[in-house]
Amino acid sequence: MKSIEQEIAPEIRFATMQHTTSKSPAAGNPIFRIIKYVLYDILQNRIVIGYTLFLLAVSMGLFGLSDDPTKGLISLLNIVLIVTPLVSVVFATIHFYNAGEFIELLAAQPIRRGVIVWSQFLGLVIALLIAVLLGIGIPIALYTPTATGLSLLAAAMGLTIVFIALALLASVFTRDKAKGIGVALLLWFYFALLYDALVLFILFSFADYPLEKATLILAALNPIDLARVVVLLQMDISALMGYTGALFREWLGSSWGIVSAMGILLLWAVAPMLLAVRVFRKKDL
Amino acid sequence: MLESIQLNKSFGKLKVLDGVSVRMQAGQAVSFIGPNGSGKTTFIKCLLGLVIPDSGDVTMNGEHILGNWDYRRHIGYMPQIGRYPDHIRVGQLFDMIQEIRRGTFQQVDDDLMRAFEVDTFAHKTMRTLSGGTRQKVSACLAFMFDPAVLILDEPTAGLDPLSSEILKEKVLAEKAKGKLTLLTSHILSDLDELTTDVLYIMEGKVLFYQPIEQLKAQTGEDKLHRAIANVMKQQATA
Repeated sequence: MKSIEQEIAPEIRFATMQHTTSKSPAAGNPIFRIIKYVLYDILQNRIVIGYTLFLLAVSMGLFGLSDDPTKGLISLLNIVLIVTPLVSVVFATIHFYNAGEFIELLAAQPIRRGVIVWSQFLGLVIALLIAVLLGIGIPIALYTPTATGLSLLAAAMGLTIVFIALALLASVFTRDKAKGIGVALLLWFYFALLYDALVLFILFSFADYPLEKATLILAALNPIDLARVVVLLQMDISALMGYTGALFREWLGSSWGIVSAMGILLLWAVAPMLLAVRVFRKKDL
Repeated sequence: MLESIQLNKSFGKLKVLDGVSVRMQAGQAVSFIGPNGSGKTTFIKCLLGLVIPDSGDVTMNGEHILGNWDYRRHIGYMPQIGRYPDHIRVGQLFDMIQEIRRGTFQQVDDDLMRAFEVDTFAHKTMRTLSGGTRQKVSACLAFMFDPAVLILDEPTAGLDPLSSEILKEKVLAEKAKGKLTLLTSHILSDLDELTTDVLYIMEGKVLFYQPIEQLKAQTGEDKLHRAIANVMKQQATA
């Protein structure tokens, strides 16, 4: 094959090359070949290690402080709902901008633009999920290896994936790094803090009307609320469940409530990523 | 084999490419010449699919490349400023690109890697490399897969005279094999030896596109830089 190729004039060779090699599928999905290097690049970053240690210290501390692991779990839930989205969204945004060179290099290779975004996304997801698994998973396994503990871990992992997807969406829209990080922080601020205030405002303003369905929809529109519902449904503490949690259980029952909430959470990761890929395909590098 | 048809591109209000139509054939070595900011690099990036034109079309061997990606297997690209991930080592970078392009090339062309003695700095991370060494890495990558089209954006900038000569020799060797080579450089004497055709771009428009011999004959100069200076002077007075 090789000797034949060398004897043929370059132009003919070029033509045959196109014919022969475009039909033979490249072995393995290129996404997986790239993820290795994306992961390598991310794991060089000390922030991931610091994040893991931070989560580990907080979880161990909270479980160690109280005799009742359920109390520890509730405290941990409140921290997880704030911290994992924040770190995920900011870290992913900064990483995506810092990987600008890498992305440009890849974009000049014979691979799809979509492959580039998905490999960055999966690399980030793997790296930060490892951090969550080590930092929260180990303490939960040690202190409260129950379904409730598992649901908290699942919620933390779900939020991590969702906020990485949102970060990439924000990153492909803005060219400027500072602006991108600003948008990422705004997203976090909106979902973690502002949204609840808005929901309360709406509930109070329309208190005279039946709001059950509306409240369910409002909860589904915020991934952090969804994660909270997942854990609280599992905990089965009505007092802490809040209005939306109680509604989810009333309407769907605990297990179906959890499944549907997780399903919607998954949607929160997939939809932004699909949009991000669409935008990135048309982006000038 | 590579053709652009009425390419238009604006960044905001700035019109960077204005109806650029160019047809290039195998065996040509086309030099893109023009003032800074005239749209040379944007044009190159359109050919590579890095920048998406507002309107117009690019074809390679008659096939549309917009939204396509597979055609890039036939292109070796050396960017103006080679920017690479900081932490990655030179050897790893080469492995990575070969892994990514696996199945799209016949064999690795390591002529430049040997000539530049890449072994001596293969273990260094990209962050620690000097600008010139980085250029060598970019050059090795561009020629690595024996591509039918070479796109070299300011290839000799930052290279020492010896390395610059090595690179020029390689370009000439590939040209002799019938490759299509696209070059930009502000060092016109570098281009003189390599070029078969000159594409002069100004403010996003193609001012002229003609064989270098024809250009020299028209201006009555025997050096490219004099011929171009002559043209630019005429531009200024016209």
